[in-house]
Amino acid sequence: MTCCPPGEHAVVDPEADAIETDGAALLALSRRLGDGTRQLEFAVPDAHCAACIRSIETGLAELSLVQSARVNLTRRRVRVVFDPARGSAAELAPAIRASGYHTYVLDPSQDDSGDPVLRELIKALGVAGFAAGNIMLFSVSVWAGADEATRDLFHWISAVIALPAVFYSGRIFFRSAWRALQVGKTNMDVPISIGVILATALSLFETVNSGEHAYFDASTTLLFFLLAGRTLDHLMRERARSAITNLARLQPRGATRVHDDGRREYLRLDEVAPGMVLELKAGDRVPVDAIVLGDGAVFDYSIISGEAAPHSISVGGTVVSGAANLFGLLTLRAEKASTDSFLARMAAMMEAAEHARTRPRRIADRAAALYAPVVHTIAISTFLGWGLLTGDWHAALLNAVAVLIITCPCALALAVPIVHVVAAGRLFERGILMKDGAALERIAEIDRVAFDKTGTLTLGRPRLVAREDDPRSAGIAAALALSSTHPLSRELAAGLGAPASIAGPIKESPGHGVEATIEGANWRLGSAAWCGVLAGDDARFSEVWLSRDGVVQALYRFEDTLRSDAPQTVRELGKMSLPVRLLSGDRAGVVRSVAAAAGITDAHGELLPEEKVTAVGDGRTLMVGDGVNDAPALRAAYVSMAPATAADIGRSAADFVFTGERLAVIPFAIATAKRAASIVNQNLVIAIGYNAVAVPLAIAGQVTPLIAAVAMSTSSLIVVANALRLRLKGSAPTARGILKETYA
Amino acid sequence: MTGLLVLIPIAVAMGLAALVAFLWALRSGQYEDLEGASQRIFDEDMP
Repeated sequence: MTCCPPGEHAVVDPEADAIETDGAALLALSRRLGDGTRQLEFAVPDAHCAACIRSIETGLAELSLVQSARVNLTRRRVRVVFDPARGSAAELAPAIRASGYHTYVLDPSQDDSGDPVLRELIKALGVAGFAAGNIMLFSVSVWAGADEATRDLFHWISAVIALPAVFYSGRIFFRSAWRALQVGKTNMDVPISIGVILATALSLFETVNSGEHAYFDASTTLLFFLLAGRTLDHLMRERARSAITNLARLQPRGATRVHDDGRREYLRLDEVAPGMVLELKAGDRVPVDAIVLGDGAVFDYSIISGEAAPHSISVGGTVVSGAANLFGLLTLRAEKASTDSFLARMAAMMEAAEHARTRPRRIADRAAALYAPVVHTIAISTFLGWGLLTGDWHAALLNAVAVLIITCPCALALAVPIVHVVAAGRLFERGILMKDGAALERIAEIDRVAFDKTGTLTLGRPRLVAREDDPRSAGIAAALALSSTHPLSRELAAGLGAPASIAGPIKESPGHGVEATIEGANWRLGSAAWCGVLAGDDARFSEVWLSRDGVVQALYRFEDTLRSDAPQTVRELGKMSLPVRLLSGDRAGVVRSVAAAAGITDAHGELLPEEKVTAVGDGRTLMVGDGVNDAPALRAAYVSMAPATAADIGRSAADFVFTGERLAVIPFAIATAKRAASIVNQNLVIAIGYNAVAVPLAIAGQVTPLIAAVAMSTSSLIVVANALRLRLKGSAPTARGILKETYA
Repeated sequence: MTGLLVLIPIAVAMGLAALVAFLWALRSGQYEDLEGASQRIFDEDMP
């Protein structure tokens, strides 16, 4: 394995959450296994090969507390069973990081191991496959000319196999059809259920009466094909869902309350009441809307309002929930309960948008709504026609059931999901996760695109764009920056070279900067005011200054940079005749400059979340956004996409989630969806064409079980083969490369 | 005809055995990580 030698590099996770290093919290999260051991699951999003499995598993197994560790490469997770008596759970995540992989713990309450629906589908598929195979064995003998006693025997054996199989495997369709009928609707499962049940009942009747034709093979083969389509469809959605769950970092859903006597207590979010004094660590998000106490603070609002520059709030100012605390320990007084806070208001607005929106019914359901009445009318007419014209009601029933079997929408039911499965696979290879097939149908129909700015068109994090320094001050700046967790400091430390060694202690002043004494001089790194500079506030840049005894030594400028292929993507969307708009909550000046850089002429700044919802409401808009303030608009839009770096609420609101830094995936997704839509249409035409040929034969009473079996299988295979054409065009870069880029 | 009486039970029993084997594999979790299983064969020491 040359792809990644084990132990090649250790990962230092800059966003290493407190929760992974907090043994007590991990223990509380873990699942008890009875014999005193506990189990935890960690996501390992960039594991992808045999060497990865090996280094993660051996790295964990070396810890004395670990009893077993097993990587699941499909879900990109590792399940660890450990004995809490023999060590702290806080050792686990560092051990995985030491093997060279990013990791974070998963919330076991969302654990969906075993996926009962998938199990049921696969079991039903196995039973139907067994039945179809074995019954076909007997059917072939019957078609080959088995005579009366032998034929009866074969029919009886077929019946014994088919009845339990149809009952067991078919109940998935029967249930869904019954639910639809109960509310007075039809779906694809209604004609399927009627066809299968009638074919089986008639075959049983024929078997009892030593009839010539039995359709047990048809009913079980039908179930097998349909279940195969449904299982693939489910697997596709499950894979996307599991990948999206892996993205959701576990955040403490609570807050630390400081009592009047100085006692600290960890409260669940719903226990936080207005008036309580709360404590917030650096990097944590504000749990409820609150008033800042103490010295004032600096918050990252980018995910809330789209503003890239950090927000300073002085004592007594209000900060909304969801904002991240950028500097040291901070005290707040809760102003609202969690249910009235900003995040909750956004969630409510999201729900309202969901209800207000009318989305088109899915293609398959629309087809079924037309299809079922037509098919059932033809079958009944066949029955009455034959009965009245010939007086032979037995032959009439046989022919009517043959019509139902022939028209049983095997090809039709496969026509759509198979294409969606193939398309989802294509998108997955390019790092695009699709939540369900309906989104693919909608994204093919869009007529305009709206982008959010921060975190979507831009990377949402500051990049060092200009520096004025000399080698000595650069070394000191790097050393000072290394000691701070502020995002600008982190970026600076990464952008500058080797840090100088500093003997004395480094002190951080929240909201201002860091300082240290070197060779008798006082060096400061931080804001202009902190370094004694009176600088004009240039809104486009965030600045970090370095001073020595109040004399400026260096200046670093940061800017939230555009994703590298944003202009190209906007041009490409223009070529697809999709007008592009920029909708941002940030200040108008910044929005204008980003829009100009990306080549977007239609740009709107300072939008409230409500205004974004209104803006995406007209036409068929594809909304691309990532922030909390975008979530309602993502829901309200015709279809939506979010980058993997989006806020949890934004990611769960969007229909597609893309990983990686490239926006080129957006035109790719639209183009793939359009190709998929045209293949779906072709498949529907094929399925209808097949019926147009076969139904007259069935009405005429010419369809024997042999012809039914051949016709059904052929039409299904043609539809599947046609769907696979979607894979042929162009080769896609692998998901592996994109994942590496994302987590690099 | 007598041949059939022997062969048919054998054929059906073999089919049933395959079905049982499949359900057993499913229940014992062998289908839970297909990608991992295909990679694990590259490492001699791994279980």
